[in-house]
Amino acid sequence: MDAILLQILNGLDKGGAYALIALGLTLVFGTLGVVNFAHGALFMLGAFCAVTFNKVLSLESVVVDPTQTTAWGSPLEVRTPYVEAWLGDFGVFLHNYSVPASVIIAIPIMLAIGIAIERGLIQYFYKRPHADQILVTFGLAIVIQEVIKKFYGANPIPQAAPADFSGTAYVGTLLGMGDALPYPWWRLIYLLFSFVVIGGVMAFLQFTTYGMVVRAGMRDRETVGMLGIDIERRFTVVFGLAAVVAGIAGAMYTPILPPDYHMGMDFLVLSFVVVVVGGMGSLTGAVVAGFLLGILQSFASMNEIKSILPGIDQIIIYLVAVVVLLTMPRGLMGRKGVMED
Amino acid sequence: MMFANLSRNDWLLLVGFSVVVLAGPIILQPLGAAYPALMQKFCIYGIFALGFNILFGLTGYLSFGHAAFLGVGSYAAMWSFKLFTMNVIPAILFAMVFACLFALIIGYVSLRRSGIYFSILTLAFAQMSYNLAYSVLTPLTNGETGLQLSRQDPRVIDAMFGSPGPGLPRASLFGVDISGGGYPGFYLCAVALIVCFFFAMRIFRSPFGMMLRGIKSNQNRMRYTGFNTRPYLLSAFVISGLYAGLAGALMAATDPLVGAERMQWTASGEVVLMTILGGAGTLVGPILGAGVIKYFENIFSSFSDRTLHGFFSFLPESLQDPVVSFFSLFVGDGWNLTLGVVFMLIVIFLPGGIMEGLRRAWNLVNRKGDGGDAVPVGQTQPAE
Repeated sequence: MDAILLQILNGLDKGGAYALIALGLTLVFGTLGVVNFAHGALFMLGAFCAVTFNKVLSLESVVVDPTQTTAWGSPLEVRTPYVEAWLGDFGVFLHNYSVPASVIIAIPIMLAIGIAIERGLIQYFYKRPHADQILVTFGLAIVIQEVIKKFYGANPIPQAAPADFSGTAYVGTLLGMGDALPYPWWRLIYLLFSFVVIGGVMAFLQFTTYGMVVRAGMRDRETVGMLGIDIERRFTVVFGLAAVVAGIAGAMYTPILPPDYHMGMDFLVLSFVVVVVGGMGSLTGAVVAGFLLGILQSFASMNEIKSILPGIDQIIIYLVAVVVLLTMPRGLMGRKGVMED
Repeated sequence: MMFANLSRNDWLLLVGFSVVVLAGPIILQPLGAAYPALMQKFCIYGIFALGFNILFGLTGYLSFGHAAFLGVGSYAAMWSFKLFTMNVIPAILFAMVFACLFALIIGYVSLRRSGIYFSILTLAFAQMSYNLAYSVLTPLTNGETGLQLSRQDPRVIDAMFGSPGPGLPRASLFGVDISGGGYPGFYLCAVALIVCFFFAMRIFRSPFGMMLRGIKSNQNRMRYTGFNTRPYLLSAFVISGLYAGLAGALMAATDPLVGAERMQWTASGEVVLMTILGGAGTLVGPILGAGVIKYFENIFSSFSDRTLHGFFSFLPESLQDPVVSFFSLFVGDGWNLTLGVVFMLIVIFLPGGIMEGLRRAWNLVNRKGDGGDAVPVGQTQPAE
């Protein structure tokens, strides 16, 4: 029993990342009707926001202290990060919590990048065929990825979770169950974080007037436009929002997976599968499918299952996608009339 | 019979194309690309792109998993080298048979959907093959190390005709060594490319090709007129899989180390780039695109900052450093960045690729203006 619960937990944090990326993809697709192959690159850019933020916070002043010596007898170099020197205890705290704090930095940056991409490139592709959209965003993804590679190198850059959350959480004990269910704290945090973000986006679309207009625009863009609403501008903001969601998902994911320049592509392929399984244009579908496929993948990588079906952990997601696409043309929850063929 | 549909212009094109390809070592001399190892790469990727174009250019179905067939072809050819003989003919046949079967299965399933779903299905299948080749199928593919020849391989047919010489055996065509980047290897690939070009031309000019174009421009209307479009699509898919298998076999013959990364989706993306760059839906375009990409990859990746400094030495000192550091983004390791930028520019401004650019230039020179005959033939509509 606890083995099953543990696998579900294991799948949920990866599922959270899938769901967040797929949410943005679906949002962009539903509003702008654009298939965005550069969305994974936005996830990766968010992760590198966290890397950069941490680098900035780690800038140190080096003072040689002649009164102390190292084990080799040379004078000890005392290194103090500038933030700690300037801000004292708050600086130490900030340095420790650089990953969650980077989310705050990532939001405006990703919003700006998202809006720039939409205004600078995507808006010219609304009327072009889907194949062209795929191709141009694919090119954009390559460009972003290579620029990052140029500046940060090709090796993964590990990021530390805050010290308070780097250990193991005993989920079972927390919930008062019999089994202890050891589970890394940060993954638990990530899971909660993804719930909060997904809930926030959904609430924004569901309960605000702005969100209502956007939803109306997803249904029938022309009519909304005729009511005198500048729907284009709202959709631009939605693209920015999708970029923010992908970006902060990437920033928070860095302690789990050390970011490198091609992580975006790796996640993108899977997220597309998630979107298709969930159903094109359905936000709930994307989220549900994201978590489902994450859990499924973690079950498939159990040793008991791998011994019966070797290699199943490598292909399970694609296999599910193939079956779903062939049996349910609209995916799990696809809306009628969206991208049917 | 077989040649009935080709007009005089087509024959001229075929002859001209053959002459250009076979005279490659002379023509490419001034460009500094006249060594066989590079030229055979042009030919192999030319075949790959030509095949991809039969699917994408004619039917508009954008497959994002075409490298899987290339990989399967490579592995099959390699096993033929290992088990039977170092002769390249059986290897090619083997590769094509396996690629054909593989394409038949994947195509049968994927072609049930169209548009972006088709792209994602093919992508999913290719990623599955890639992941399996890396993990469970290691006995067949040798995983990360890659499949390579060894002295201990049985090679039953070769063994019947005498004992193997010292050293690793090399792929050959009835005794002529074709591996390791010599002229025989190049000419084998060149002849294969010409044959492929001929068949592609036949397909383009045939009623079958017309049917495929009809599917691209309006599949529903084709169905209403009573055609069952799926067998046509499947044939196109399998044919393009065959081309990829052949390209894979030639790749294995000229460079006997086959790794799974040949099947990765970035490799599939590369052939899409080649086809678009050259001009999807045109005959010569994809080959041109493959050549251009491989040529510039070769040139740009060998550039270093030193070369750039030499190049911009005419600039004053203060300007030179920033200019060089800007351009160094795009050369050496940054070649992929150049590729991405060029690709975006092509998709944005010239969706018909190089061929459309040439046509526009031609029209400009001939003062035809941009009248009715500037219809972008290469423009690819989605298959929806």
